[in-house]
Amino acid sequence: MLTLTHFLMLSGVLFAISIAGIFINRKNMILLLMCIELLLLAVNFNFVAFSHFLGNADGQIFVFFILTVAAAEAAIGLAILVVLFRTRASINVEDMDSMKG
Amino acid sequence: MENIYLIIVLSPLVPAIIAGLFGKQIGRSGAHTITIAGVALACALSLYVLKAMLVDNLPVYNETVYQWASVGGINMEVGFLVDRLTALMMCVVTFVSLMVHIYTIGYMHDDDGYQRFFSYISLFTFSMLMLVMSNNFLQLFFGWEAVGVVSYLLIGFWYKRPTAIFANMKAFLVNRVGDFGFLLGIAALLMFTGSLDYYEVFAQAESLAGMQINIIGTASWSVLTVACIGLFIGAMGKSAQVPLHVWLPDSMEGPTPISALIHAATMVTAGVFMVARMSPLFELSETALTFILVIGATTALFTGFLGLVQNDIKRVVAYSTLSQLGYMTVALGASAYAAGIFHLMTHAFFKALLFLAAGSVIIALHHEQDMRKMGGLKKYLPITYWTSLIGSLALIGFPGTAGFFSKDALIEAVGHSEIAGSGYAYFCVMVGVFVTALYSFRLLFMVFFGNERMDEDARHHLHESPWVVTLPLILLAIPSLVIGWPTIGPLLFGDFFGSAIFVLPQHDVLAEIGHDFHGPLGFLLHGLSSPVLYLALAGVVVAWYLYLKNPLLPAAIQARFAVIYRLLDNKYYFDSFNQNVLARGSRLLGTGLWRGGDVGVIDGVFVNGTANTIGRIAGVMRRLQTGYLYHYAFAMVIGLVVLVGWLIW
Repeated sequence: MLTLTHFLMLSGVLFAISIAGIFINRKNMILLLMCIELLLLAVNFNFVAFSHFLGNADGQIFVFFILTVAAAEAAIGLAILVVLFRTRASINVEDMDSMKG
Repeated sequence: MENIYLIIVLSPLVPAIIAGLFGKQIGRSGAHTITIAGVALACALSLYVLKAMLVDNLPVYNETVYQWASVGGINMEVGFLVDRLTALMMCVVTFVSLMVHIYTIGYMHDDDGYQRFFSYISLFTFSMLMLVMSNNFLQLFFGWEAVGVVSYLLIGFWYKRPTAIFANMKAFLVNRVGDFGFLLGIAALLMFTGSLDYYEVFAQAESLAGMQINIIGTASWSVLTVACIGLFIGAMGKSAQVPLHVWLPDSMEGPTPISALIHAATMVTAGVFMVARMSPLFELSETALTFILVIGATTALFTGFLGLVQNDIKRVVAYSTLSQLGYMTVALGASAYAAGIFHLMTHAFFKALLFLAAGSVIIALHHEQDMRKMGGLKKYLPITYWTSLIGSLALIGFPGTAGFFSKDALIEAVGHSEIAGSGYAYFCVMVGVFVTALYSFRLLFMVFFGNERMDEDARHHLHESPWVVTLPLILLAIPSLVIGWPTIGPLLFGDFFGSAIFVLPQHDVLAEIGHDFHGPLGFLLHGLSSPVLYLALAGVVVAWYLYLKNPLLPAAIQARFAVIYRLLDNKYYFDSFNQNVLARGSRLLGTGLWRGGDVGVIDGVFVNGTANTIGRIAGVMRRLQTGYLYHYAFAMVIGLVVLVGWLIW
């Protein structure tokens, strides 16, 4: 029998994977964007799980909002990435250090 | 009368400013015309004031003219105290100054700084008048420093000569030492009386004498003694007493007229005048009087010796000035203030005369000052010769001249003094008489008699100086000769000074001598039987024998007593001591403080140290700012985890 705990654990694992992806990834900016999407999905998973087990649909409505925002974010993110590539001829994360003190 | 006093003070100041600032516009003749007019006006009015004091019994004037500031109950004022002492000083200062102004026209004729020179000497006259006419310590100090500044400017008048710059720096620094004592003396008086006014301070003199002060450890000193010695240290600087005398011979680097005006006749007597003015204070402190007596006696004798070995004509006269200032100081120490002032007055005339005569010789020889290159000038410079002879006779105290009356009275007063140290002082001034005669006539014989040692070229150009030079000589020779006759009676034994000079009855040596005083002629006859005259004559004879009769002998003596000669030639090593110990010590201290204190601590630790420390910390901190987004994100997450964990816990 699947309990809430299993769902939460799955979402936690997803979250941890995406965080690790953000930190460990040193090469590709696109991977970074994908990890962020995954982060949002992990959160969505929580919403859905709680919504189901609490018998309340509000959580699922929230997921729609998040997915919309995530789609918009991905679009904007990819657009920025294209512009970035044009100016710097690279999407390597290692090169993005102009904030260095 | 207030207006007259103001005019006396301001009439030299205004031309000084005009000649100084607008020298180019008014030209040479303009500069000397206005300054001489100003000083002549001051001189005429001073004489009028003296006459009014003597004939019409003008009361003592002691008023504040202007209040500068009032701080915590202390009034800082400009005011005049004019009594007979002041009036006498005013006449001496303005008269000598007038003579020097006239003389300068001839002496500085070819100099580029003509207007500047006139501006300075007029400014000096103003400062000196402010000093003598003051009725409070603040103004006294102003005049004191102002004459010091003008003296500095004039010693370094030829500012392109390194020796002149060295000499004026030296004069200024040595005077700072004296002024330090002077300031402390004034401060002590101000602290214990709360007033800067002469009369208010004098009124409390008795109570000051009773007060004690701890300076070092637990030894207690009388406040009055401390204040008096402080004031006298100021006088030692200004009046060039041992060991602060070292600046005066060097000050001869300046033009001769100022040597006559400032470094012989007036400014250097400021210390003597000041002590006489403060007689109500000094009189109550026997310790201070002894101190003055010993310092004065040492100066009188030992600087006289130095005059014997000098070859520069002006330096001989300078050492003679030092010695005579010592005489005046001895008189002050013996409580014979009137004798000191009397000698000051006669000395002002004959010493200014001697300096101006020396200047006349120097002009005639085209600025040659070495006496070894002179000789036989008597027939070329008759007026200069006769006037210098009069000056020298007055200096050695030849009977009948002004110097005779003042010096004889002074020595006799010291002989009668009971103050500790008077025995030593009496010995010094007696031997000093012989030495004075020796060096004065050595100078006279070397310059005006004997072989003509100047070169051919100089001999052809020899001629008597112009009338602007000889007129002051003659005008100064007259008082040098006769001023003693009418003045000795009232000045020393009469009540000329009235309340201006205060002497305790048990110190009053002049009154003691006064019992036997029956007019100047009687004094003259009495002088003939005293050893002083014979000592002086012995000095003249020795000088004649050594420098005219047997001119090879001095060199032999010099070789025989090489040690003593070297001691004298090096001026008792005062200069080398000052140079090597005090000056070099101060410079080492300064260098040490600069390297260690300023560069090391302030710059190294505080200023640059702070910046360096912050820089180093920042250098460590900046490594955190990698610029990689994921590092920042990681830090955020870690922070969030810690924060949430802490909240939940």
